[in-house]
Amino acid sequence: MSTVMKSASPATADPLMIDGVAYQSRLLVGTGKYKDMEETRLAIEASGAEIVTVAIRRTNIGQSKDEPSLLDVLPPNQYTYLPNTAGCYTAEDAVRTCRLARELLDGHNLVKLEVLGDEKTLFPDIVQTLSAAETLIADGFKVMVYTNDDPIIAKRLEDMGCAAVMPLAAPIGSGLGIRNPYNILTIVENAGVPILVDAGVGCASDSAIAMELGCDGVLMNTAIAGAKEPVLMASAMKKAIEAGRESFLAGRISKKRFASASSPLDGTFF
Amino acid sequence: MELIINGKTEQLPDEINATRLIEHLGLQNERLAIEVNREIVPRSTFDTHCFKSGDRIEIVRAIGGGAR
Repeated sequence: MSTVMKSASPATADPLMIDGVAYQSRLLVGTGKYKDMEETRLAIEASGAEIVTVAIRRTNIGQSKDEPSLLDVLPPNQYTYLPNTAGCYTAEDAVRTCRLARELLDGHNLVKLEVLGDEKTLFPDIVQTLSAAETLIADGFKVMVYTNDDPIIAKRLEDMGCAAVMPLAAPIGSGLGIRNPYNILTIVENAGVPILVDAGVGCASDSAIAMELGCDGVLMNTAIAGAKEPVLMASAMKKAIEAGRESFLAGRISKKRFASASSPLDGTFF
Repeated sequence: MELIINGKTEQLPDEINATRLIEHLGLQNERLAIEVNREIVPRSTFDTHCFKSGDRIEIVRAIGGGAR
């Protein structure tokens, strides 16, 4: 007797949809903090990510042009670039950054908005974030927005027209994992747009937990780039995201205080 | 004339346009975007956009970055 797989693997049957575009990978990665371009390339390949964040910074004038550029290592026709506004502390700077990015990437209008509040926590400045999101959406941008784990603000950002809402798990680069799983769960339950955990995961199990809470994806950088073996961690994260997603879709058993036997009691001979 | 390019004051010939400025800086093979006094200069207007003395110009590119 043969059995037929009921469906294709979840990776192909269950795409991440962002603004009408289907992505097979639910892991989005940053491209900063790697030792060199080769390590960047290898880690991002191992992660399986299709969407990669990039920063917009001043061109080096009068310096060596021999070093390979990010665009050589990660060709924009193979990866979806997600310019981010990392380092911006005002709505105005974030909007300028996005407009420059759109010009740089030939009209590509998917951006990651993050407006930071202070250097110690890198928590988002929500007042500035809301203001920038409003301007960017009116200007035709598709905004994936970094925010805190506040369900009220997450819903507000969705209602404004953000393409995805990305609450932090913990402070950027902290590796503390999901500090407030019940808030993340509430955000997911309320949401009509993709919810991605952005920032704060430290290891593969953190990513799996995010996915088991029902998040649509996870965006990370430091957890991979800062690992002792970034390429190996990238591979671990890929598997954790897939496993967490399948676990979420499969529907876990409820927790019970006492045991429940797996073997039938009928037919015992002792 | 004097232009402020990426925060540094530079002396450049009068009437220089964006295309010539990029060549002058040796950036003609780079993927970049330009802002003048906080306004984007679209690539399609590089040949015709002439700078004025005192313009503050930002020339940017995409580099590796995540959450900072």
